[in-house]
Amino acid sequence: MAKRIDVKDLDIYYGKFHAVDSVTLAVPPRNVTAFIGPSGCGKSTVLRTLNRMHEVIPGARVDGEVLLDGENIYASNVDPVQVRRTIGMVFQRPNPFPTMSIRDNVVAGLKLAGGGGKRSLDEIAERALRGANLWNEVKDRLNKPGGGLSGGQQQRLCIARAIAVRPDVLLMDEPCSALDPISTLAIEDLIGELKKDYTIVIVTHNMQQAARVSDQTAFFNLAGVGQPGRLVELNDTEKIFSNPNEKATEDYISGRFG
Amino acid sequence: MTRNRIKVRPGDRIFKNLSVGAGVIVVALIGLIGLFLLVQAIPALRANNVNFLTSRIWETSDPTHLQFGILDLLLVTISTSLLALIIAMPISLGIALFLTQYAPRQLARPFSYVIDLLAAVPSIIFGLWGILVLAPRLSGVAEWLNRNLGFIPIFANGNVYPNFSGTIFTAGVVLAVMLFPIITSLSREVFERTPTPQVEGALALGATRWEVIRTTVLPFGKAGYIGASMLGLGRALGETIALAIILFIPRGKNFDYSLFDGGATFASKIAANYSEFNNPTSAGAYIASGLVLFVLTFAVNFAARSIIGDKKGA
Amino acid sequence: MTSTLSDTEQPALSPAFQQVSVGRKVKNGTATVLVWLSFLLAVVPLVWVLYTVIVNGIKVIPYSNWWTQDFGSVLSDEVGGGVLHAIIGTLEQGLVCAIISVPLGLMVAIYLVEYGRGGGFSKVTTFMVDILSGVPSIVAALFIYALWITTFGLPRSGFAVSLALVLLMIPVVVRSAEEMLRIVPDDLREASYALGVPKWKTITKVVLPTALSGIITGIMMALARVMGETAPLLVLVGYSAYVNWNLFNHEQAALPLLMNNERATNTMDPGTVGFDRIWGAALTLVIIIALINLIATGVSRMVAPKKK
Repeated sequence: MAKRIDVKDLDIYYGKFHAVDSVTLAVPPRNVTAFIGPSGCGKSTVLRTLNRMHEVIPGARVDGEVLLDGENIYASNVDPVQVRRTIGMVFQRPNPFPTMSIRDNVVAGLKLAGGGGKRSLDEIAERALRGANLWNEVKDRLNKPGGGLSGGQQQRLCIARAIAVRPDVLLMDEPCSALDPISTLAIEDLIGELKKDYTIVIVTHNMQQAARVSDQTAFFNLAGVGQPGRLVELNDTEKIFSNPNEKATEDYISGRFG
Repeated sequence: MTRNRIKVRPGDRIFKNLSVGAGVIVVALIGLIGLFLLVQAIPALRANNVNFLTSRIWETSDPTHLQFGILDLLLVTISTSLLALIIAMPISLGIALFLTQYAPRQLARPFSYVIDLLAAVPSIIFGLWGILVLAPRLSGVAEWLNRNLGFIPIFANGNVYPNFSGTIFTAGVVLAVMLFPIITSLSREVFERTPTPQVEGALALGATRWEVIRTTVLPFGKAGYIGASMLGLGRALGETIALAIILFIPRGKNFDYSLFDGGATFASKIAANYSEFNNPTSAGAYIASGLVLFVLTFAVNFAARSIIGDKKGA
Repeated sequence: MTSTLSDTEQPALSPAFQQVSVGRKVKNGTATVLVWLSFLLAVVPLVWVLYTVIVNGIKVIPYSNWWTQDFGSVLSDEVGGGVLHAIIGTLEQGLVCAIISVPLGLMVAIYLVEYGRGGGFSKVTTFMVDILSGVPSIVAALFIYALWITTFGLPRSGFAVSLALVLLMIPVVVRSAEEMLRIVPDDLREASYALGVPKWKTITKVVLPTALSGIITGIMMALARVMGETAPLLVLVGYSAYVNWNLFNHEQAALPLLMNNERATNTMDPGTVGFDRIWGAALTLVIIIALINLIATGVSRMVAPKKK
């Protein structure tokens, strides 16, 4: 299942604005990669190009390649809809579909986009909810609206929804920034378990979180005001937080950022 | 990953085309309305024996000798609309201020709903109420105005004197009531958007409620209020059945610049004479007047939307 | 009176809380009174109109034949009969109008919110919808007359009325649907795309259901509004005192048309048949409009996203 991602010389633009400059990085399978950096440095933007979600914004485009197990997802014959089925995403704010029940939320991807094979939707829903550590909390109210859950439960519901379509990669865009510390801990534990099956890339504002959950960390920064964001350093998480190669990384980690 | 797929899926393409197509239809409709009215009006305008724009005669029952001019219709349309606007503008301003600044918070919503209900009443009911219920009670006011201010032309004896019922005066008052919800709703929307810091700034200076409104809400909402009033004007110009019911059409007498005149507006004239639509030439005369009404309302709405649009951009 | 000095010019002297000057107080009080008065001035005619309709109409509508018979079997000035023929016409014309306007208006709103997003043609469309909402009903009627009756040579009919009503209903549907679609958070669209759901399915299965409650309310309100229109009826269909289910041919009554017809053929003095009929029809129309609004509220509550 899990696949590796290789980004090669990726430039990202919004209209004429050059948002991110020439990123090259590799994400190994069954591994958690964290993107850290100051606001506006382009870390979320890069994440969104990994499953072609940035195209949803009018005027957004990229130069360069993103390879999923060697296949370029930006090749002209690739359907972005298929890319997103293969590379799932969890967002900053929990966003369950308000008109659907908990069960329908989990299987929404399969129902709306087709696929899912021979398994029944109920089986898939249970498996995904178990995978997201939510099954025990919601098994008695699967037909209740997803909006009735707590914020942390909603976010795990969104993770269940993302893994129900059995993607190869899971992208997480600051998945805990809207949650309280206890819910955050639950999600972090879950990430640790999901890593056995999925390649995970997570954007986070919280450096302790990056240190806790990730195997490797990428530090992004702005080259200057009005300049594009760029990848400063990609390294093992331990190395980044103890003895980074770049001065800029060390300044940011130690809070001497400026 | 499945490869060799076309970039746009058929479902997406079809759905997008449908929605763009619907947009094209709506845009084309406006053009079609103008075009069809023009094409159908031309034969009648060719056969017209008097000047269409400056004549006050309307004789279309004999298709072989058409005589029709819109001057009288234009004058009556403008006078009823202006009177309605003069009454409705200050009151609607008051209502909008009431709903946004004065009404108790919990009651602002139900009160707004009450004003919106005015817009839900069919205009034929306003017309009937206007002529059968309101007019007899208004005639006292009309008579008083006529007796004491009759030296001013607009209060002079009109062509439906001494019965003060089916006059432009009555029509204007009823029309004003129908404009309240239109002018109020948009003004209210704009007033609500007055930046809070401005209001708080004024309050912090010790301004009274009225001073806050005068220095922040009114300057901010002026363009929206004027735009809303023009939308109201557009509505008034085209109001049909209420005016057809209220306005009395005196035979052989023209509008003479008195509020106590009767007459017909573009719309009420067409509505009152639908029975003449049995031959295309006579119908063409009415369609020609409908075309003028269309152009008039188009211009007014265009202006209104430009004013409102500018405000939104700012 | 020291009203000529504004706040900023007044020196900040003791006492700590300066009295608001009399002049300012008077102005503030006057404004308050005027503003309240304006609101009352709007409420009075509303209450008065509804009171008139109810008091005058209540005499005839409690009888079952008012709802089950037409005027075909009674003389034009004879007591009795009912308005079934006009109710059928009003509902039929309104329904067909809705069947055409709703998909068209909805698709325009979807174009504006989901596809156009502020582009050149979407600006043109928005503008034209605004203009269309300002087109007088009599002009819409003349257009359909010129198109349907003169150009196509088709007979005056209830369907021609429906077509004219479509022109009046579309802008209202577009406006309300557009507003409802815009408040659907982009989060939901993105969540759907991220699952690999195509855009059109995202719109139909995620965005529309979320906005449905508000859209339904808007549609029903628009429908209630066009059902009260009179002008298109005058130009596009003849009045019949009999029930006519055929929308495409022959005269067909509708409540506003019936009212106008009574006004033309009967005297309006209190106690006469014409008076009873016209106010009875007015009350019937008001009841139908109220019912539609009530149903709208009920249905929209049923489909609204639930929390528990």
